[in-house]
Amino acid sequence: MVSLEDFYSDDPIAWCPGCGNFSILKSLKQAFVDLGKKPHEIVIVSGIGQAPKTPHYLRCNAFNGLHGRTLPVATGVKLANHELTVLAQGGDGDGYGEGGNHFIHAMRRNVDITYLVHNNQVYGLTKGQTSPTSGEGFVTRTTPQGSVNRPINPLLLAIASDCSFVARGFAGEIDHLSELIRKGITHKGFALIDILQSCVSFNRVNTFKWYKDRVYRIDEDPEYDPKNRLMAFEKAAEWGEKIPIGIIYSTDRPALNSQIPAIKDEPLVKQRVDPSDFVDIFEMFR
Amino acid sequence: MTVDISIRICGQAGQGIQSISAAMGKVFIRHGYYVFINNDVESRIRGGHNFDQVRVGHEPVNAVNDKVDLLIALDAETRDADLPYLKDDGVMIYDDEKPATDSKNPHHIPIPLEKLASKAGGSKIMANTVATGAAFALLKFELQPLQDHLKEVFGDKGKAVIHQNQTCAEAGYRFVQQHFKGNFPYPLDTGKFQRNKMLLNGSQAMALGAICSGLKFYSGYPMSPSTGIMEFIAALGKEHHIIMEPAEDEISAVNMVIGASFAGARAMTATSGGGFCLMVEALGLAGMTETPVVVINAQRPGPSTGLPTRTEQSDLKFTIHAGHGEFPRAVFAPGNAELAFFAVSKAFNLADRYQTPVIILTDQHLNDSFSTVDGFDLDQITIDRGNILNDKDFSSASDYKRYALDKSGVSPRIIPGRTEAVLYADSDEHTEAGHITESAAVRNRMHKKRMAKLKGLRKEMNAPEIYPSRKGDIILLGWGSTCGALKEAVDQMNSQDMSTRLIHFSEIYPFPECDFSEIISDHTKIISVENNYSGQFADIFSHETGLAISHKILKFDGRPFTAHEIISVVKERL
Ligand SMILES: Cc1ncc(C[n+]2csc(CCOP(=O)(O)OP(=O)(O)O)c2C)c(N)n1
Ligand SMILES: [Mg+2]
Repeated sequence: MVSLEDFYSDDPIAWCPGCGNFSILKSLKQAFVDLGKKPHEIVIVSGIGQAPKTPHYLRCNAFNGLHGRTLPVATGVKLANHELTVLAQGGDGDGYGEGGNHFIHAMRRNVDITYLVHNNQVYGLTKGQTSPTSGEGFVTRTTPQGSVNRPINPLLLAIASDCSFVARGFAGEIDHLSELIRKGITHKGFALIDILQSCVSFNRVNTFKWYKDRVYRIDEDPEYDPKNRLMAFEKAAEWGEKIPIGIIYSTDRPALNSQIPAIKDEPLVKQRVDPSDFVDIFEMFR
Repeated sequence: MTVDISIRICGQAGQGIQSISAAMGKVFIRHGYYVFINNDVESRIRGGHNFDQVRVGHEPVNAVNDKVDLLIALDAETRDADLPYLKDDGVMIYDDEKPATDSKNPHHIPIPLEKLASKAGGSKIMANTVATGAAFALLKFELQPLQDHLKEVFGDKGKAVIHQNQTCAEAGYRFVQQHFKGNFPYPLDTGKFQRNKMLLNGSQAMALGAICSGLKFYSGYPMSPSTGIMEFIAALGKEHHIIMEPAEDEISAVNMVIGASFAGARAMTATSGGGFCLMVEALGLAGMTETPVVVINAQRPGPSTGLPTRTEQSDLKFTIHAGHGEFPRAVFAPGNAELAFFAVSKAFNLADRYQTPVIILTDQHLNDSFSTVDGFDLDQITIDRGNILNDKDFSSASDYKRYALDKSGVSPRIIPGRTEAVLYADSDEHTEAGHITESAAVRNRMHKKRMAKLKGLRKEMNAPEIYPSRKGDIILLGWGSTCGALKEAVDQMNSQDMSTRLIHFSEIYPFPECDFSEIISDHTKIISVENNYSGQFADIFSHETGLAISHKILKFDGRPFTAHEIISVVKERL
């Protein structure tokens, strides 16, 4: 029914040649095709950075908003019309820096959206400054002596917040990433997919090869149980010689949009209102 | 004789001042009176000096009075602070455990409020109910309507609580009947029971206006004096199918509202200055992405945290200009609760039709003060969602362009998911299709397109109210919540042979088209009256009309104007 061509966009791409974002775009389109989602049934809300340009490069509804504010906008979209497939998407600076507060609260709300963070451990669009996930010692124009701050581990933060779906993908493993995105969309609740993405222009440390040499799939380990929170903490803390990718943690809890009486019967946007419905509302003031 | 009396109830936070004023307000409007209640509270939960002032009259009352006819003091310290506000022939009741300095004065009536409460109700916490009963007796108002009110208020707390409160009210009532030998100069005739008037505050009026106009989504973060709006909407959300999502901060609140509106739901948020500051970047986002949003900024004295529970009109210039870059918006500043109800409704329609933010600028005085409204005519409310396309409106879904150029500045929207077409909304400068662009030519066209909306918006703005219609050599100029005090001042000045008129703006930006040549001559003195330090509106008015302001009456102590205060300054200056 739906094919990759349906997602074609003629907007010229403004990424650097060799950027990890190209592979993420491919995985994303493939996930939509595999799910049979039509472009008009999807809304992608993105922030500002190189990563958040993504929705322009495929065909779907897009809201390319402010730096750091993707999650509130996406939450508003989903609550207004929960029949839409809603994704939020941005970089590590956008999501874990400028939007850090929203990130914590989106996980707490567990609204049914899928959040893709293109994590290149650097501010790309502003030309290479340290980000919340930059490694210690990472030298940038804003950290000429090397970053002395401990990087955020988004997965640990997410598991601690009882985020209902926590995954890590790698832009170099397109099919695997596409599967994660598909599962994230199918998951009923907030799904975080942190995506390791090389930045060819500003991150000479965490290169494609650097990631490639380290990542391994946890779904190949039959012993690993993503429902086990303690196990998940341990797995999420792993970073260095080996870096796990796959679904690190998942738990079933009701999504925010399934718990609101106002939208039990139909989404807000389908509800018709007539001012004359409200003649009785004034009685309490008389 | 037409009645117009003021009653001040003072005490510490937590003593139940508002239960007294609410009881009076409800009972009096149900017996044909007009009531205005303002509250003057400190930013704390317990203690301090707080009061509610209830003004009640046969004619509409819409402002605060300087002096009161009856003072109900629940606590000795606040009593001593408020005694200077009691008229010479006024009456005070207070708890006899804490003797007043002037305890010989027959108009100062000691009542064992707490003792009677303990005896009759079982707890001294009900001293406020005893005081209410005592006040009703002084006013020579019948007791029964108060008892009925208490039954209604405590209905869900059970028979015992109702009974305790009614016994307390009666104890206070009887005490005054037995012990007060003086004469309260302004009795209130009980009259007939009726339910044709409403008593509500500005927050409630605006929440109602939003609900009746099809509000579907609200998000906010508590901040006085806006919180009442979100609490009211939350309380009614289930019944009327509205989502009220408590946000982690105001940035989130306004962005959620933008998201919901983008998806097709009518959405609103409200806050006060500090929260509004946080929302400002997103206002520009709404302007740039052409997303309709309604934002209420309920002002309080600033800068910074300022006086959290008090009133000021100092965000006017900020609100008109808030945001980096240029984008169209409309700003309303309704003069009272009734105007505020309809302002919200108009704001939604303009936001939808012009696809841009509309801001309603109110203040603590408007949000928190209760006033009497005969009713809201729902026939006056229309819901106009603006230009929205459906599948039948285009030949090919793939040709749809969200920001198609149009002279009016407004391009037809689609609701995501409702049609086969898709839209790209962008906070970067964008092409007609909504994709990011760096083109100078496109930038020029798009920026002009958005700004063209101001022309249309300007035509939508209502001209100021001119009151009364006859000529006046003095013009009082005001905007927003000062309307009630200003009208009262104008009436009194005219009765004192100072021929005066009011020009009052409830819609401010874009500045409405108005012609004052008929009412203003070279001899007219224009006096602007504002709750701020610099005369912000006076500047805007002069700039827009070319008319000079003769005097400015400015007040920034966090308290609302009274007519008396305005008149005395006018007399001093002229
Ligand atoms: C409020 C605000 N602050 C700063 C910026 C400038 N800015 C744009 S993108 C960006 C960081 C981009 O880094 P990231 O989010 O990691 O995305 P990337 O470009 O790496 O994909 C910054 C600081 C902005 N647009 N808005
Ligand atoms: Mg980055």
